[in-house]
Amino acid sequence: MAMLKIEDLNVYYGVIQALKGISFEVNEGEVIALIGANGAGKTTILHTITGLIGAKSGHVLFEGKDLTKTPAHKIVTMGMAHVPEGRRIFSELTVYENLKMGAYTRKDKGEIESTLNKIYNRFPRLRERKNQIAGTLSGGEQQMLAMGRALMSQPRIILMDEPSMGLSPLFVSEIFDIIREISESGTTVLLVEQNAKKALSIATRAYVLETGKIVLEGKASELLNDDSVKKAYLGE
Amino acid sequence: MESIIEQFINGLRSGSIYALIALGYTMVYGIAKMINFAHGDIIMVGAYVLYVSITDLKMPVIPAVLFTIIVCAILGIVIEKVAYKPLRKAPPLAVLITAIGVSYLLQSVALLIFTANPITFKSIINLDTIKIGGITIPGITIVTLVVTSVCMIALTLFINKTKAGSAMRAVSEDKAAAQLMGINVNRTISLTFAIGSALAAVAGIMFICQFQSIKPTLGALPGIKAFVAAVLGGIGSVPGAMLGGILLGVIESLSKAYLSTELSDAIVFGVLVIVLLVKPSGLLGKNRIEKV
Repeated sequence: MAMLKIEDLNVYYGVIQALKGISFEVNEGEVIALIGANGAGKTTILHTITGLIGAKSGHVLFEGKDLTKTPAHKIVTMGMAHVPEGRRIFSELTVYENLKMGAYTRKDKGEIESTLNKIYNRFPRLRERKNQIAGTLSGGEQQMLAMGRALMSQPRIILMDEPSMGLSPLFVSEIFDIIREISESGTTVLLVEQNAKKALSIATRAYVLETGKIVLEGKASELLNDDSVKKAYLGE
Repeated sequence: MESIIEQFINGLRSGSIYALIALGYTMVYGIAKMINFAHGDIIMVGAYVLYVSITDLKMPVIPAVLFTIIVCAILGIVIEKVAYKPLRKAPPLAVLITAIGVSYLLQSVALLIFTANPITFKSIINLDTIKIGGITIPGITIVTLVVTSVCMIALTLFINKTKAGSAMRAVSEDKAAAQLMGINVNRTISLTFAIGSALAAVAGIMFICQFQSIKPTLGALPGIKAFVAAVLGGIGSVPGAMLGGILLGVIESLSKAYLSTELSDAIVFGVLVIVLLVKPSGLLGKNRIEKV
């Protein structure tokens, strides 16, 4: 059974239909990439999965449970974390306070510290800057904080929205290395990216979106060599 | 010299009351991005509730005070749920007008129940005047300063040191991101209204112990001055509301004593105009820079 199953999702912004019958699956352990141009509906899909926007019809099934009507603040307790586009860290809170917010719903107080330690080990810069106000971090550091914050909830699946956006090439490579590490440590990843080449290089499978519809799907390695994908998204 | 110090302490007293009320404005603004113009009338409700619980319900002072605070906190939550929550996605003007409507509603209900005749209220604080050197400080002033300081310190610790306080700061910055952390935004907004209204109740109690008279429009003037204090300090900023309130009280008191009683309000509002000309975000307000 798929870990996350999206069934015939239709989402509207007012009268404009943003998602037109989207269906796809994410299996445990996979890194799934959603690629496509600006406005194709990638972010909308993630927002609908985590309940930030409601669907007109269709279903989001996570580990067999229907999340379609679940309010956004209950999603994280089910084992799903969402790193939103633009990072959306709490810029007036310290790095440490941001990370603690990630563990907001966790009841196992004693073990939060050990998760925090693991995250500091994975992102040493965050440890160095733990008492710094998060808004003063560089873009790349903020992205690390956003990821660390999401990992604080110990999710079984993590949704990432444009993690490489606006970062220098050096940071982009680092961020993708981290995503690979997160995947290798056993967390399933659903990745939305405009940087299709990088996304396909770490993904197991991918879906290509155009104006609210999935137009192509397949193994990432195959899509990397697909002529239409090359032309439209890889700039070759 | 003694008289200046006495006037200054007087100013601290009224300023600390403004500060408590201003905290309600600023916290609600921070979380719900609205100016709750009914906030001043919570002071008036608190005053009547205290009066009724002591005079009619014959409650002892401490339970009566706690009862008053709880009633106001609940009223704050109910007002938000009934009047403001349905307007979360409405334009700010609709919310503003609704808040003014709620303000008139509270005043009219008080008018219906208690009529427009002021009720004389005997202060519940019986502390003798204290003399230090040549300076006389009334007991009520000391109690007010102690109570308001405790409230402000407790609130600051709550916001900065507790999980619920961090959640509040997170919600005030980014509701969607806060939800992704598992924070229940509706509950956080309710908590904010409850705390703001509880502080207004405390302010109301201190206010009527000083002036010993209750009428339905009692909350209007302190309410609007506290709003000015919140803007002066930087709306949305908790330390700003405290600073703005105290400054406003001191300026008001000193200008009443040494410049002109009639013009003291004009001077207070004049200071606001000047501060906003120089620093539009208020004294401790943040100039939010959007980072992409």
